[in-house]
Amino acid sequence: MIRLDKVSKKFGTGVFGLSDVTFSVDKGEFVFLVGPTGSGKTTIFKLLIREVLPTEGSIIVNDWDVVKLPKHKIPHLRKKVGVVFQDLKLLFDRTITENISLPLEVAGINQAEARRKTEEILSQVGLISHKDKFPIQLSGGELQRVAIARALVLSPDILLADEPTGNLDPATSWEIIKLLSDINEKGTTIIMATHNTDIVKSLSKRVIELEKGRVVHDGKHEGHKTKEKKEESKNLPE
Amino acid sequence: MKHIKTAWRNIRRSPYQAFAAILIMMLTFLTVSFFTFLIVGSSKIVNYFESKPQVTAFFKDSAKQSDINALENNLQSTGKIASIKFVSKEEALQIYREQNKNDPLLLDLVTADILPASLEISTVQIEDLSSISDLLNKSPIVQEVVFQKDVVSALTAWTSALRKIGIGLIVVLSLVSVFIMVTIIGIKISQKREDIEIMRLIGATNWYIRWPFIFEGIFYGVVGALFGWLIAAGVLWYTTPFLASFLKGIPVLPVSYVSLLELLGAEVVLAILLGAFSSFLAVLRYLK
Repeated sequence: MIRLDKVSKKFGTGVFGLSDVTFSVDKGEFVFLVGPTGSGKTTIFKLLIREVLPTEGSIIVNDWDVVKLPKHKIPHLRKKVGVVFQDLKLLFDRTITENISLPLEVAGINQAEARRKTEEILSQVGLISHKDKFPIQLSGGELQRVAIARALVLSPDILLADEPTGNLDPATSWEIIKLLSDINEKGTTIIMATHNTDIVKSLSKRVIELEKGRVVHDGKHEGHKTKEKKEESKNLPE
Repeated sequence: MKHIKTAWRNIRRSPYQAFAAILIMMLTFLTVSFFTFLIVGSSKIVNYFESKPQVTAFFKDSAKQSDINALENNLQSTGKIASIKFVSKEEALQIYREQNKNDPLLLDLVTADILPASLEISTVQIEDLSSISDLLNKSPIVQEVVFQKDVVSALTAWTSALRKIGIGLIVVLSLVSVFIMVTIIGIKISQKREDIEIMRLIGATNWYIRWPFIFEGIFYGVVGALFGWLIAAGVLWYTTPFLASFLKGIPVLPVSYVSLLELLGAEVVLAILLGAFSSFLAVLRYLK
């Protein structure tokens, strides 16, 4: 489903964002991507939807060779991969309903169908009562759910969630995780980037750990190790 | 439909930019309308003069009717004549009275005696004018030949100057409006840079992003053209009575509604092209 093979990304400054990253994710998996800030988690997401191109290596998503994908095919890729962005990237001059239905609109789905899909996803994430509000009127956790709903509305095969619990209190974070787990159980492949060790520990899913752009661990959660890395990362300069 | 809705929202949310775009388009199409009126009107006037009796020969008082008839036959035999009309002294007086019926002083001064009899001659082809006029000049009974060629050529010169000025002005204004529109649409694209980026990330195609801007350009063009035309048509309607009395006898006015609507149609088509072209330039320039 997803395969990165010897992927490196060198930025304009000469710094390696990723070097020699290789891993694959099967259909229906739930994978945590952990590591300190600047370790390359977001870069991997950007590579997967071809927001950036790798310097070296190959990336396969859903049978598409992402690196060689012709420009006009990029929208197709992005419709199949839902992304919950770290900064959410919601449109603040549109209502919650409008924000969530945007991918449907972009995909050219007719209005009646789009309305039905949007309502369905709004109730799934528990925001039906906020549907006509604007993003500024919602709390952090609610906005996060809006972003998840927008990423899911096209029923993508893959959901990439970048720090979806980043700024949330523990209770709200758990709600989000529960929501993502439900989605995963319905068959969507999920890769979630996070700092939150508690969540990683308790869910006992596969964990890919990055450090300075390299994969340093890939496997089932080993609580202690991750914890250590986490502590270490706090001392690193940003 | 969706694109038009988005375009409409973009227009509503920046009314000053929309106003500027519509104003420059209006100015352009106001100029297009006025020069169309002037050019069409003046060429109609030229046509009118071209089709009028083009040579008038005034006879000496001593000319006998038999001589005049002989000359008339002589002219007919050349085969170049479209029509020929004899105006006697009395008829000339009638015409004079009709033209000056509001001025009793002028009427009192003139009698049939002082007005010359004349022949009004028009040729089939305008080129034959000179030979006819030579023929008339040679005749001993002719006092003077008035040749409308001079009037026509003066008018033709004016018309062609008017056409050049008009086309020049329209080209310059069109360029100005394209540049202003590119700037305005460019500003809008820059303002929405973040939104555009987000839409791209969730899978919007380039054309999905471009269409609303293209429609926006078309909207400015069409609304500008409509207002430009309305103002020009209004001014024409308002001045028609005055102009009609000024151009008495020349069938230019009133301009028919059909012609005005045809002008509107042509302008709307031009506006759509101009608007779409401007937005397209902006989109190419600012949306990579």
